Amino acid sequence: MADKILSDKFYSTMKKLEPRYPSKLALLLPALHAAQDEFGWLSSGVMDEVAEYIGIHPAQVREVATFYSMYNFKPVGKYHIKVCTNVSCSLRGAERLLEHCEKKLGIKVAETTPDKKFTVDEEECLGACGTAPAMMINDDYHENLDVQKLDRILGELE
Amino acid sequence: MSEQERPPEQPFEDSQPETLFIQHFCEEARPLSYYLKNMSGYSALKKALGMSSDEVINEVKKAHIRGRGGAGFPAGVKWSLIPKESAKAKYFICNADESEPGTFKDRDLMRYTPHLVLEGMAIGAYAIGAHTGYIYIRGEYVRETGILQAAILEAEKAGYLGKNIMGTGFDFEITIHRGAGAYICGEETALLNSLEGRRGEPRVKPPYPAIAGAFGGPTVVNNVETLAGVPFVLNRGGDWYAKLGRITNSGGTRIYEVSGHVKKPGLYELDSGSVTVRQLIYDYCHGILDDKKLKAVIPGGSSAPVLRADEIDVVADIDPMLKIGSMLGSAGMIVVSEDYCLVRLLARIVRFYAHESCGQCTPCREGTKWAQDILDRIEGGRGHQQDLGLILQVADNMNAKSLCALADAAAGPIISFVTKFRADFEAHIRGGKCPHA
Ligand SMILES: Cc1cc2nc3c(=O)[nH]c(=O)nc-3n(C[C@H](O)[C@H](O)[C@H](O)COP(=O)(O)O)c2cc1C
Ligand code: SF4
Ligand code: FES
Repeated sequence: MADKILSDKFYSTMKKLEPRYPSKLALLLPALHAAQDEFGWLSSGVMDEVAEYIGIHPAQVREVATFYSMYNFKPVGKYHIKVCTNVSCSLRGAERLLEHCEKKLGIKVAETTPDKKFTVDEEECLGACGTAPAMMINDDYHENLDVQKLDRILGELE
Repeated sequence: MSEQERPPEQPFEDSQPETLFIQHFCEEARPLSYYLKNMSGYSALKKALGMSSDEVINEVKKAHIRGRGGAGFPAGVKWSLIPKESAKAKYFICNADESEPGTFKDRDLMRYTPHLVLEGMAIGAYAIGAHTGYIYIRGEYVRETGILQAAILEAEKAGYLGKNIMGTGFDFEITIHRGAGAYICGEETALLNSLEGRRGEPRVKPPYPAIAGAFGGPTVVNNVETLAGVPFVLNRGGDWYAKLGRITNSGGTRIYEVSGHVKKPGLYELDSGSVTVRQLIYDYCHGILDDKKLKAVIPGGSSAPVLRADEIDVVADIDPMLKIGSMLGSAGMIVVSEDYCLVRLLARIVRFYAHESCGQCTPCREGTKWAQDILDRIEGGRGHQQDLGLILQVADNMNAKSLCALADAAAGPIISFVTKFRADFEAHIRGGKCPHA
């Protein structure tokens, strides 16, 4: 195999998790998360290396990974904005927020700005319906949104 | 009691009873030190470890804790189905996938009272003889994952989790397993596949998880809120917990999640069966936003059949809801005012289920897509008169003809919206556009 792409930190994190599961395959989702944490997305090379680490065929990694919406198979912007448009958020005006994001950043859902700074996605329920409308930017929740608040949050991003 | 009848000098809030959970929903409650001082502090686990496993299970049975994940199965009965002797290791799993639209209680339980969840798991594990536990948490809950991880470390350090817990010789280790964005992984057998490193597709049952669950071993899967109630049962007794409920066979308190068009959305914890949907909306949530008219309520997460405004005097508990043809589900109440188009709402719900169908069963995979097309057509003003009959037929074909309850979760809303609000759908078709637009 070619040189490793994944870091030593990846391998030491996985090493610590190994005794926690009775099968190596169970480490697949944790490994994909850890790999995505390093690059922001899962390239072909990264998935091949995960396959080698788990000891399964690379096609099996793809078959599983593509089932899950959080894994990115192409690069995303520095800020990945995910606006919930499910029922509770929609009742509180989520579509307006999403449109505002699209207009302001000049991109459509699932696109990334040319400077690679922002990706916008439409998301299913985030579990923040009581503080709707809600969105995530990378790992953080933003709730009780309106257009002004959204503008402020986007304006503060470097 | 309606808004008008209430004496003004006695604000409604003052009459809210003591709660088990939400009085602790603040960041100060998070550390072990708070948990030791103000809450169970693992005293319930200590007590359980001094009892036989059957005694623990009996106490939980007496408590009538019904599963808070949606199906309402009694936790004590679930635990008793685990074989005592097993050649394979047993597993105790906490379902923290929380992805049903309208549901948002588990997130607060985990971020404010993480030790309650861990202690509940440890008690359950002892009762069934499991030494390994997993918390399957939805991938988006990154902060909550960190909080739970920190709580596990605290508990391990203090000897409440890990090897030889409190010197009793009982071992129980908890690992957090993150999901990766798939609603279906909340279904317990899909969850097990996802935990094992596979696609999150529900399994054919039987075998049930109690016999062959995670990694082929006997397994219990319980919801976060179900488990958070367990320490109270051990500390104060199953009878005490059962009596909190005002309805037979439904003990404890219940966290209602109200969202949508109410003035005060949020979490309301009340004794099980002590409140009607009307009281929740008009008393606790202060009524409809902008004092509009109520149009509809989805009472148990987006998969629950919808209620009309004249059906909300129903008691918000499992059996009363079933009796009127809906369900309490996860107790996520979505309130809709006259301002929002119900055709659009149903179209959004069905789009969700079509998107989240794992695709294994033809009636579910094809039915949800077909229903979505029909609804988009009607919403866009391109519907035909026959479409309503057609969509009911499609829904009927999905109902109870698939491997898991996701198909029913899509069929229930379709059937209830179209039959209860038929005029709204017909107006779209006749007028060739949305009357709300
Ligand atoms: C499509 C689908 C999604 C589900 N999602 C969840 C969920 O997110 N959280 C949960 O606790 N239960 C969910 N359930 C219910 C679980 O299958 C299971 O009944 C529950 O976790 C058992 O725990 P309980 O008995 O404590 O409620 C879901 C069921 C179905 C059919
Ligand atoms: S009913 Fe739908 S979600 Fe459930 S197993 Fe079948 S196809 Fe998958
Ligand atoms: S519907 Fe948007 S967070 Fe639940």
